[in-house]
Amino acid sequence: MNTVIIDQQEALPSRSEGEPSTKTQPIVRYKGITKSFGELQVLKGIDLEIQTGEKVAVIGPSGSGKTTMGRMLMTLEEPTEGTIEVDGELLWHMQNKEKLVRADEKHLHRMRCNVGMVFQHFNLFPHMNVLRNVAEAPRKVLGLSKEEAEERAVSMLGKVGLADKLKMYPANLSGGQKQRVAIARALVMRPKVMVFDEVTSALDPELVGEVLAVIREIAEEGEMAMLLITHEMDFAKEIADRVIFSADGRIVEQGTPEEIFDHPKSERLRSFLQRFRSGGN
Amino acid sequence: MPNSWIDFLPTLLKGAEITVLVTIFSAILAIAAAFAAGLARLSKLWIIRTLAAVYVEVFRGTSLLVQLFWLYFALPFVGIELPKMLAAISAIGLNFGAYGSEIVRSAVLAVPKGQWEASVALNMKPWQRMFTVILPQATLRMLPPFGNQLVELIKSTSLVYFITMADLTYQAMVLRNNYIAWTTEILVLLLLMYFVIATLISVAVRLLERKLTVGRL
Repeated sequence: MNTVIIDQQEALPSRSEGEPSTKTQPIVRYKGITKSFGELQVLKGIDLEIQTGEKVAVIGPSGSGKTTMGRMLMTLEEPTEGTIEVDGELLWHMQNKEKLVRADEKHLHRMRCNVGMVFQHFNLFPHMNVLRNVAEAPRKVLGLSKEEAEERAVSMLGKVGLADKLKMYPANLSGGQKQRVAIARALVMRPKVMVFDEVTSALDPELVGEVLAVIREIAEEGEMAMLLITHEMDFAKEIADRVIFSADGRIVEQGTPEEIFDHPKSERLRSFLQRFRSGGN
Repeated sequence: MPNSWIDFLPTLLKGAEITVLVTIFSAILAIAAAFAAGLARLSKLWIIRTLAAVYVEVFRGTSLLVQLFWLYFALPFVGIELPKMLAAISAIGLNFGAYGSEIVRSAVLAVPKGQWEASVALNMKPWQRMFTVILPQATLRMLPPFGNQLVELIKSTSLVYFITMADLTYQAMVLRNNYIAWTTEILVLLLLMYFVIATLISVAVRLLERKLTVGRL
């Protein structure tokens, strides 16, 4: 058993600190997160809070660790140091007697129901048709009956505009359709926060629009917080409440879309935006 | 004296029946052993991984004929007497299971990592990930190599001749002893009968593969 012991004072959720109580308790809180792959440190200390229903976009050069941030929230990557809280509870750690230890599968399973994720490469299940791709988890994980699960899946597929493709298999769908199925599949689990990991990067340019339109619609519904890791600057500007610019494993700058895109403070962000704009956008 | 080669058929078919029976039961055992050992080698627990590795190396590293002799002739000395049929099925099944475990293991590893990740993101439990997402896809990858192994297995059943089971090969040898002048005909028939059984298996595996690929390009 891999036991991680962390200074208790640091690690435990401390809601009583002096900071003025914000309108809502954050749904996600990264505290001092680092991540190393062998010698390479991709995250060098991330502190970030996401409020309930808040849409946060993360931009930055590739290799800046943005994807790793999202994957940690989905429990696909374990932090090397630091803690992540979801809805006020530690995600990767749990209390064992007096110590904080690495969370076991049971704890992760309980915590994961708060989080959903859409992947760059869709990761649909190729051996299931569209309906089953979406209905499988509600049935097996949430324990709904077949009828309930399919009803929920059909209504979600209707929302992403694919109600007529229920019996199709992923191999017969376009990239944009695949990604919309993947969004429906994640949404149907009703997470409190959803990670969108460069969801349009693998799409042909003409298919990007239909996927962004679906995300925009979900964003307008409100309740669910979003962590959008993206290269679509215009889109980030349009739907994000807050934009994070990360580079070299750190959050370099953050603010409203206007602050980030129109009045960048750091040299790093200015040159990033400049390169991005001259890059044929 | 036989009038034509047709007269050999009833005897050979009687042998074929044994061959088919041994094939079916040892194939079932082989597949079960292959899945058990293949998945065990991917276990998080080192003890399970080690046990599986020992099984695979022992049964792959020694000859099938010796294993057959061992089960049939040596085990009685330690008080375990297996009937011929059971000894044959165990030896062939465990031997091919050892090879098959590598097919299972590599097919599971060949399922893209994104499939595991998607099943984690949907909060499936580890066994649900394996049985609803990974294995159905891995099984499809296993079919062609499994088909190969199965054909190989049919042909290996002729080794049971050496523990004097009355299989196809055994019957052909008996016929040849009695009608030495017909050796060519008898051996041609023997070839053909193995070929027919092997072909039936190949076709069945291909049909299964087609059925499982439904909807996929």
